[in-house]
Amino acid sequence: MAEFDQELDASGLNCPLPILRAKKTLASMSSGQVLHIIATDPGAVKDFEAFAKQTGNELLEHKEEGGKFFFHMRKA
Amino acid sequence: MSDDKKLAIIATKGTLDWAYPPFILASTAAALGYETQIFFTFYGLQLLKKKPDLKVTSLGNPGMPMPVPMPVLAQALPGMQGMMTAMMKQKMKSKGVASIEDLRNLCLEAEVTMVACQMTVDLFDMSREDFIDGVSYGGAATFFEFAGESDICLFI
Repeated sequence: MAEFDQELDASGLNCPLPILRAKKTLASMSSGQVLHIIATDPGAVKDFEAFAKQTGNELLEHKEEGGKFFFHMRKA
Repeated sequence: MSDDKKLAIIATKGTLDWAYPPFILASTAAALGYETQIFFTFYGLQLLKKKPDLKVTSLGNPGMPMPVPMPVLAQALPGMQGMMTAMMKQKMKSKGVASIEDLRNLCLEAEVTMVACQMTVDLFDMSREDFIDGVSYGGAATFFEFAGESDICLFI
């Protein structure tokens, strides 16, 4: 995965915590910066897509590896 | 008047399981940019207590998954409710589900408005001192002032 500016490890957390933590972290970042999110909640995949669509933050890519989900989100 | 979408929730239930939907939806809506208000009435007022003592029960709820099948009369024995509540809390913790206090704090941080129904506060002889700070008090008309402008309105 490409480079990122900040990382959020939401492993072990369940709905809605990964989204809420991501929102909080994004709030401390500046526009255009990229947040790398790690999650283990399988529901997070669909949730981060929906979060991106509704907030305008861009979901650049996501992948699954070894039961973990990785997301890159660019702050709007 | 802001252009934000609005979510209005009425929270009427005071059990540990049913405490989750209002706070999960309100905190998530706030994260998505919704202006959000929860109106707490009847048993929902328990969710505003400084130290909420919320419990689950399987009585009258045949849908609750049980570790072992158990006759209804046995479920009514003294201590069963406390045991089920402890087991549910343990399970939630092990699955990374947030506590109600944590979710409620996240809602407050996200400026979710919490309104307690004054009529039911009086009905149950509750005191404003029992509740967390930041709660406002009002009646049905207060609810409609916000809900009438809302995009989504839920009764929980």
